[in-house]
Amino acid sequence: MERIPILKMGDFLLVTIQVDMHDRLAIVLQDDLMDRIASTSARAVLIDISALEIVDSFIGRMIGNIAAMSRILDAETVVVGMRPAVAITLVELGLSLSGVRTALNVEKGMDLLQASLRLPAKESADGHDEG
Amino acid sequence: MIENSKISDILQAYEDELLEDWVREQLASSTRRADLISESELRQQSAEFLGAFLQASQGDDPTDITAPQWDHVREILTELSRSRAQQGFTASETATFVFSLKQPLFVRLRQEFGKNGDTFADQTWAVTVLLDKLGLFTTEVHQQNREAVIARQQQELLELSTPVVKLWEGILALPLIGTLDSARTQVVMESLLQQIVESEATIAIIDITGVPTVDTLVAQHLLKTVAAARLMGADCIISGIRPQIAQTIVQLGVELNEVTTKASMAAAFRLALQQSGQSLPKTLQDAARR
Amino acid sequence: MVMTKDDTVPVRTSEDIVRVRQAVRIWAIELGFGLVDQTKLVTAASELARNTVNHGGGGTVRMEALSNAAHRGLRLTFEDHGPGIADVELALRDGYTTGNGLGLGLGGARRLANEFDIDSRPGAGTRVRIVRWA
Repeated sequence: MERIPILKMGDFLLVTIQVDMHDRLAIVLQDDLMDRIASTSARAVLIDISALEIVDSFIGRMIGNIAAMSRILDAETVVVGMRPAVAITLVELGLSLSGVRTALNVEKGMDLLQASLRLPAKESADGHDEG
Repeated sequence: MIENSKISDILQAYEDELLEDWVREQLASSTRRADLISESELRQQSAEFLGAFLQASQGDDPTDITAPQWDHVREILTELSRSRAQQGFTASETATFVFSLKQPLFVRLRQEFGKNGDTFADQTWAVTVLLDKLGLFTTEVHQQNREAVIARQQQELLELSTPVVKLWEGILALPLIGTLDSARTQVVMESLLQQIVESEATIAIIDITGVPTVDTLVAQHLLKTVAAARLMGADCIISGIRPQIAQTIVQLGVELNEVTTKASMAAAFRLALQQSGQSLPKTLQDAARR
Repeated sequence: MVMTKDDTVPVRTSEDIVRVRQAVRIWAIELGFGLVDQTKLVTAASELARNTVNHGGGGTVRMEALSNAAHRGLRLTFEDHGPGIADVELALRDGYTTGNGLGLGLGGARRLANEFDIDSRPGAGTRVRIVRWA
């Protein structure tokens, strides 16, 4: 069965979704990504959806899941390239994707990640910087 | 009492001759419009309509053109009216297409029932009523199509005149002016989102200083636009909310918690610059502070 | 323009959900829908198709091109002979899930369509009909 390729770019992983995914493909992608994050200790995942003409609640949930699970594995997720018509529809659908960071394109997504990953980490419970 | 079986019997028996007579009639007419339609196309349209007319008049209720048996005929006329309107025909020219079928039908009816005055009169009347209704139907469709075309042109004009301005690198402004209705707001908002993509802007300032009132629908559109922009990776600042509008928004129960707002466009611009990590050169900075 | 005005296709597998999306997209384009309208309709179709596959045990969708004098539209009727929905009102409420994940699908599809109606009873299957006008 075909799989969506995951590229490693330094500390980041880049996924470019270019096909109209059927549900199983989406689940496989989710699993593959988690495996790759764990095995590469990636700091962030960029999901490029600029080629997607629709994002329905299933894909939306997949994105939300990826963001949540990545965070547990200490990685950031940024979704880039959402088309205006898709964004308008998602809002109407009621999917807020709160907790998922977004950017206009891969380049801006990387800028966002560089900036946020360079910032000192939150102070841990006993007050020491994890910097 | 309409003996519809008689009309449809004749049509069936003489369909080919009727078609010939009718086409000849149309070709000879002053409303022929050879510049807009070819003979073969005219022939094809006539054949299609005549065939459907035949089918439909065999049903139970031949004079009620809204009845299901006339669905196909109405479909044909709707498509015909639409395409002819696009080609440039007037409503009457298109209606004449239908009306001109009367003469060939009368000629046939006369041949069949000429000796029986009453039947002939009844049949002729029935045909007249039917074709009048169908002809009028085409004018209605024509009218509605014209209205749809005008509406579409207005929409396009609206899109062209949407005033999205690039204030700075990565910062757009959309100064809205005048009363906003739901349709216009939607068009304008879609245009803003498109512009965000095209100019790779990360911040959009929607200024409503020039908007006298905001109702629930417009407020909701604004919020949806802000949410959509965020999904795309851009932030929105709404500026120019006057006290009256703020009051209306609160009264309407619209939640603006998640949205950044500023009293003036200038304040919004300052914030935008800060957020995007840019700053004005020294002299302009002073000017902005004054 | 040659276009089937009325077509019924199976909705049984997750590949069918993709096929439905693509078919609805093509019809919407042919009917002259703007991009946003297309996207909303295709998304709604995706939601309903998924419900049909995942909760209805598979079924069909009937696509009908509509036209009144001024507008063109597309009507989609999703039908299955599955378990049916016990409480439709509840199912329409966002985020609702029986653990089977009906979630946003139904309510979302309703919001994305111009017209929506649903007929569902436990043991009697489900029929959902939506219309979007160009």
